[in-house]
Amino acid sequence: MSKTINSRIPEGPVAEKWTNYKAHQRLVNPKNKLRLDVIVVGTGLAGASAAASLGEMGFNVLNFCIQDSPRRAHSIAAQGGINAAKNYQNDGDSVYRLFYDTVKGGDYRAREANVYRLAEVSNSIIDQCVAQGVPFAREYGGMLANRSFGGAQVSRTFYAKGQTGQQLLLGAYSALSCQVNAGKVKLFTRYEMEDVVIVDGRARGIIAKNLVTGKLERFSANAVVIATGGYGNTYFLSTNAMGCNCTAAVQCYRKGALMANPSYVQIHPTCIPVHGDKQSKLTLMSESLRNDGRIWVPKKLEDAKKLQAGTLQGWEIPEEDRDYYLERRYPAFGNLVPRDVASRAAKERCDKGFGVNNTGLAVFLDFSESINRLGLDAMKQRYGNLFDMYEEITDVYPGDLANEINGVKYYKPMMIYPAIHYTMGGVWVDYELQTSIPGLFAIGECNFSDHGANRLGASALMQGLADGYFVLPYTIQNYLADQAIWPKVSTDLPEFAEAEKGVSAEIDRLMNIKGKRSVDSIHKELGHIMWEYVGMGRTAEGLKTGIQKMRELQKVFDTDLFVPGTKEGLNVELDKAIHLRDFFTMGELVAHDALSRNESCGGHFREEYQTEEGEAKRDDENYFYVGCWEYQGKEKDPELIKEPLEYEAIKVQTRNYKN
Amino acid sequence: MWLINSSIGRKVVMSVTGIALVLFLTFHASMNVVALFSAKGYNMICEFLGANWYAVVATAGLAALVALHFIFAIWLTLQNRKARGSNRYAVTDKPEKVEWASQNMLVLGIIVCLGLCLHLFNFWYNMMFAELVDNNPQAVALAANGAFHIAKTFSSPIFTVLYMVWLCALWLHLNHGIWSSVQTLGWSGKIWFHRWRIIGSIFATIVILMFVAVALAYCFGYRPADFNEVVPACALSSICC
Amino acid sequence: MAKNITVTIKFWKQNGPKEKGHFDTHELKNIPDDTSFLEALDIMNEELIEEGKEPFVFDHDCREGICGMCSLYINGTPHGKTERGATTCQLYMRRFNDGDTITVEPWRSAGFPVIKDCMVDRTAFDKIMQAGGYTTVRTGQPQDANAILIPKEDADEAMDCASCIGCGACVAACKNGSAMLFVSSKVSQLALLPQGRVEAARRAKAMVAKMDELGFGNCTNTRACEAVCPKCETIANIARLNREFIKAKLAD
Repeated sequence: MSKTINSRIPEGPVAEKWTNYKAHQRLVNPKNKLRLDVIVVGTGLAGASAAASLGEMGFNVLNFCIQDSPRRAHSIAAQGGINAAKNYQNDGDSVYRLFYDTVKGGDYRAREANVYRLAEVSNSIIDQCVAQGVPFAREYGGMLANRSFGGAQVSRTFYAKGQTGQQLLLGAYSALSCQVNAGKVKLFTRYEMEDVVIVDGRARGIIAKNLVTGKLERFSANAVVIATGGYGNTYFLSTNAMGCNCTAAVQCYRKGALMANPSYVQIHPTCIPVHGDKQSKLTLMSESLRNDGRIWVPKKLEDAKKLQAGTLQGWEIPEEDRDYYLERRYPAFGNLVPRDVASRAAKERCDKGFGVNNTGLAVFLDFSESINRLGLDAMKQRYGNLFDMYEEITDVYPGDLANEINGVKYYKPMMIYPAIHYTMGGVWVDYELQTSIPGLFAIGECNFSDHGANRLGASALMQGLADGYFVLPYTIQNYLADQAIWPKVSTDLPEFAEAEKGVSAEIDRLMNIKGKRSVDSIHKELGHIMWEYVGMGRTAEGLKTGIQKMRELQKVFDTDLFVPGTKEGLNVELDKAIHLRDFFTMGELVAHDALSRNESCGGHFREEYQTEEGEAKRDDENYFYVGCWEYQGKEKDPELIKEPLEYEAIKVQTRNYKN
Repeated sequence: MWLINSSIGRKVVMSVTGIALVLFLTFHASMNVVALFSAKGYNMICEFLGANWYAVVATAGLAALVALHFIFAIWLTLQNRKARGSNRYAVTDKPEKVEWASQNMLVLGIIVCLGLCLHLFNFWYNMMFAELVDNNPQAVALAANGAFHIAKTFSSPIFTVLYMVWLCALWLHLNHGIWSSVQTLGWSGKIWFHRWRIIGSIFATIVILMFVAVALAYCFGYRPADFNEVVPACALSSICC
Repeated sequence: MAKNITVTIKFWKQNGPKEKGHFDTHELKNIPDDTSFLEALDIMNEELIEEGKEPFVFDHDCREGICGMCSLYINGTPHGKTERGATTCQLYMRRFNDGDTITVEPWRSAGFPVIKDCMVDRTAFDKIMQAGGYTTVRTGQPQDANAILIPKEDADEAMDCASCIGCGACVAACKNGSAMLFVSSKVSQLALLPQGRVEAARRAKAMVAKMDELGFGNCTNTRACEAVCPKCETIANIARLNREFIKAKLAD
């Protein structure tokens, strides 16, 4: 049986679709807005901006977050910046170019219409944020400053020091706070969504756990929006925050929402390398460092061996013995190639034995050339806080002069290695950001969104805010327009009781396993399997092994888990156990999707499918589609449904960053 | 009334009364210094201050300022203790930046108040209410003789030491208080903060040194040239004994 | 190369805001000194769970020093002692010596009741923000971003003020339990920008009123807050808030 998917892309040429849509969509009249409730789960860029915008429009919003305050959401950790097609720098940028770059960067696996809309609203985001008081960097004339960022040939990235995500989130948080004060948004902090409640085929509420009291509570509404982020923590070690999880999304998946392109996982090239097996979190170093830093490994294998043994230091290797492999392989873009390309190149060098630290899993990021050219002060102005942060973590200061060979000064380089960072895949949504369950919407990183197989730097913030400020508040009205005639949904309905019973039973099950293994010890193992078999370089064989191993480990989880304490009151371990249960589901799904996609594209690299030079080899003939997965039950393989991609504005080409 | 209802308002009251008291101290110190040069001059000032209705009003105003400053200090401290909560840290480590005085302004203030009581007894009470203290006509005649009181008080080493302790506490109090009051009024910033601290320190030091100079000088037997013209030689010996 | 150290962690256990708390101790053996302090606590929790005990509860999330979730009072200093401002998650074991006893306490302030162990309730900060920590703008079509010119110095200074992560270390360190550094940083950021100037007076009054209502203490300029602020906010912000507030009140 072949199921089809309707992505509900509006008619017309790509540049006019969004305008047409807005002109013809249904709206909710002001009086009816007051009678409509919307649940928004998550308070990151997408969640907070959506909740604030919806509240301001007149809807009654219930907003949930797992942290103690909306301002803690992990959007806050984004460093680099946010893209917009303002063309303030007069370097030829335009909406079309941003659109084109995003589609190309995503390796031609994104939905064209969505990306165009994203590029189109990008300018409004900057206007909105400036009006909110976001202190973007400025030039002396008082105009906004821009920089080029990760793989872009124009300077279209707006930034606020190295804390752009923080400032944008605080902007959205302030808008949200304003609406809380106005009584339009009700905030529920330290609450976790455990299930979505479906009444008559529509999402009508959620079951949420009060993390402090441990009690399950029911909430009803006319629509549910999840903005709960990605599933990067499936890999245990990632740059995601410790609390990031995919429970809400996976629970929706279990209830019938499709999960799309889960194998598209972004690996960020500039993270601080893993230093030991006790580590629980990886730290990202902003990609902006690649603007002035040069990435290299030694040319000679024996030098690498000495570096690994600790008998040689990076700064003792002279210029001629260094292999700036990105500049060598990609002369046109050099160190600024997209993230997936940079990450794979690092892995390739380390696999060949050229790794530069004791684990053999690190490459150098060197600022000597820039410091010699521009001076240490200029470098400090640009990256001072990053240098400090690096020193705090590793005890090495990248601006320290270490050596002089033939009159050339060498400074201590940073060591970096790729790490899981962002997930392009996620809950499938149509053009209106509605999932396959009517009334359930997914925004931000949580949906499979606009990035295709790979996300460009500074695009995540753009997408989160685009969804929350400028897309969802329109499209959700098209759904809600005829909902005001329905009476309020009671939380006493049997559907709510049943969902709550289900969650409660799961909690009891986990509490009663009473085995020996802690959640983290199992999670760490899952992470190893994911990184090893479903990581940067995947093979059919490895993926099958990975699925096998995950299933074995899941048995351990189901039979030997130990959750201390009781289910009443605050129990961090219990919450982690629930998250881990869903990471298993997600991990397997990533592997299934990766296995079914017999090609390499963007963040998904299958070693069987590469060119002779080791570049990703796409197969547009057979895999030019969005892979959507339908849940079939525990321990059953999910079913693949394809949403074909249709490109009208862009000619699909092989990505080329060489010239 | 925002000066009472808001935290910043209450601090403004502290700040304004504090600044007024600093100004008074400045005047007082300058006046004291006169006693180093001329006992006659000093006594003239004393007489002037004792014999005018506006001086009496000013004294009442001064008392009101002290009372306000004191009451608000107690009030703020009680509120702050409540805000701090009932649990105390087991281990605390004071950062270098934090001056000891800034965290102990109430203690310093209480020492200053005790010193003030002593001072009022030594001078002001004896000078204004001489009739009540002692009906001896000689004593009454000496009541407004400030130079005599200075000499008398600081001839006692105990009083001198007590006064030194008091002045130390006052110095610490002012050293923090001056820039703090300006900060509270909002007349500070990244640059002016440093300037105000230096200005405050120098100012406090000068004022306190003026007090100290007079006290120590008299303690160690220094007398201005015209001292004996103003204070009869027998006065000190007869009253002291 | 990392060397291994053995330390004793003395950590605060408390079941709820009204319950009485106490210290527990646990010896952590052979911890590589390139481990972060929170990772060391993760290791401790793993060991506690292995012993069948309940783990030590503390707030943490991004572990990159930006979310403001972590809130441990370590050896008498909020976030532990480092040379430059850093949050708990940016503290590394190399800051400690072999054989040290490390005392870990929660933020202790009436404004931040303990939820469990070292996890405290900081919703008071949200309430202060809700009282006025924003510019009232509608989502929609504001003017072009470059229509408002802002001198670079002002934008940079506003950015410094906006760096506050709302962790509450300032309140935790203050002997008066005052939240002035937090409030003043937000007020300063918006007061420095033309977008925020419009509501500056209203904002200063509303946020201070809320702060007072929630029972935070009065600032006595001890500077303990700026000494421990992981984002190096300064009391110049507090002076600015004072100025804004007094101006607003005098204009009433």
